Amino acid sequence: MVLTFVEHADGAPDALSLQALTLARGFADGEPVQAVMAGPGAAEAAPALGEYGVATVHVAELDGGYAPQAWARAVAELAGRIGPAAVVAAGSDRGNEILAHAAVMTGAALAANCVAATPGDPAGVTRVRWGGSLLEEARLHGALKLLTVAPHALAMEPAPAGETAIETFGPELRPEDLVVQVSERVDTSTGGLSLAEAPIVVSGGRGVGSAEGFGMLEELAGLLGGVVGCSRAVTSAGWRPHTDQVGQTGTKISPDLYIPCGISGATQHMAGCKGAKRILAINADPDAPILANADYAVVGDVGEIVPAITAELRRVREAS
Amino acid sequence: MNVLVCVKRVPITGGKIVLTPDERAIETRHLGFTISPHEECGVEEAVRIAERHGGSTTVLTLGPAEAEEQLRDTLAIGIDRAVHLVTDGSDWDPESTAAALVAAIEAERAAGHDPDLIMFGNESADNGNYQVGIRVAHALGRPCVTGVKGITMHDGRVRCEQELGGGRDVYDVPLPAVVTVLEGLNLPRYPSVPAKLRARRKPVESSEPARSEPRLELVRLTVPPGRGRQAEVLGEGAGAAPAVVELFKKLGVA
Repeated sequence: MVLTFVEHADGAPDALSLQALTLARGFADGEPVQAVMAGPGAAEAAPALGEYGVATVHVAELDGGYAPQAWARAVAELAGRIGPAAVVAAGSDRGNEILAHAAVMTGAALAANCVAATPGDPAGVTRVRWGGSLLEEARLHGALKLLTVAPHALAMEPAPAGETAIETFGPELRPEDLVVQVSERVDTSTGGLSLAEAPIVVSGGRGVGSAEGFGMLEELAGLLGGVVGCSRAVTSAGWRPHTDQVGQTGTKISPDLYIPCGISGATQHMAGCKGAKRILAINADPDAPILANADYAVVGDVGEIVPAITAELRRVREAS
Repeated sequence: MNVLVCVKRVPITGGKIVLTPDERAIETRHLGFTISPHEECGVEEAVRIAERHGGSTTVLTLGPAEAEEQLRDTLAIGIDRAVHLVTDGSDWDPESTAAALVAAIEAERAAGHDPDLIMFGNESADNGNYQVGIRVAHALGRPCVTGVKGITMHDGRVRCEQELGGGRDVYDVPLPAVVTVLEGLNLPRYPSVPAKLRARRKPVESSEPARSEPRLELVRLTVPPGRGRQAEVLGEGAGAAPAVVELFKKLGVA
């Protein structure tokens, strides 16, 4: 049996957790898959897991806000009681955090951000390194295996399980489990389109030349209904805030169209934009690595090309 | 306020990763080295905390002899002293790494350098195991907040802010504590030339830890195929604009 920690929001399971269930079912290899959930709204989201091959959902009754160690205690205690071969979670911020705590509590090894896993002793896993620029094949040892699943590596595959049983339980917490707990939520939303969710992103790199140079990218992004992003070189230079950074240590984006301008395409940057459906690179260097990872390219000076595209787009729109 | 920050030497990979013939490491003969951007912010934050609240700062690394270069870089930023756990450069699994760091921190405590705050990058740039900081926190019996982008010290506590779509979650935990940080926490300074010279004279203590049998055992590395195609060049210079707008039309975004 394989136990999966499932995250949820607004009464529905998270997409990344449903992707994790795809790997969990494969790892279970015909054995049952159970789920564990916590937090307000878990009971409402639980029945939907029947469509994804989950026969039993365990809902942890925990008061208060998110407390990583308390949630992990619930997962670890349940795992100790029902004895799964593996505990799986999404490779999300919380999934990785909770399974790392649970690994310590259960004395297990944890393989984070797996893209494939085969059961056995040891189990075989393939996991992401360097934000996805490299894959590691590894052996995962121990009676209990813990693994998280790299975001967007697997599809959410429906697998109806028939009737889903929902069982609640109250984990026995230790005082130290509640020391780290969300005590306050600060709303910082601007109401605008976020970089992570924008359908079109126009990004600038060192090749844009200056902070002022981003004005032309803002203009093009505005016309296309997109937002502006940037490379790490740009945030390090202080031209744009870190919240605009696309990359391994910035925001991971998955727009329909990504337009990197004056960005060479280092692995650090590509780790942030490999989810883009199409990439149109604008770069002075025809040999820049970005061209080997883009669908389309325009070669030349960003400062000439971007304003020309904006002008042409305006002209075509006015003519039609 | 004593702050200890953990860092890891990693290659600057550039545009394309090439593996060694045994497929167990990146070919680094022609590469420079650095620490992760998350860790650079951790180093900067440690120095700022000491500037504001007094106390000492220590940097700790587990890595090959050459990692002294990265330790000296952090000393040039303003860290006071360094502890180097010297390895043969082979790949360490997260449990062994955490155990070696815990032993080193226990030795620091015994020597009178008990850190009030221990900082890690949220995940290492290379292996990205997402667990070393949490494992160390458990072994030391200290609370751990992960993915932090804002730190404020107050009244023997640390207030941590975590960015979440459209908001920030706040955690307020008592010291001593462990915090794993993300790039964007601050904008790290560049070291001055006099600071680089001073860094050469700052103390680096080294020892050689033993590695236990890994339970997450590396077999081999592979480079994923990626998009596997070269871009179709639409044109050169401003003259390519009509072709780009045609593409926008084709993609339905014009």
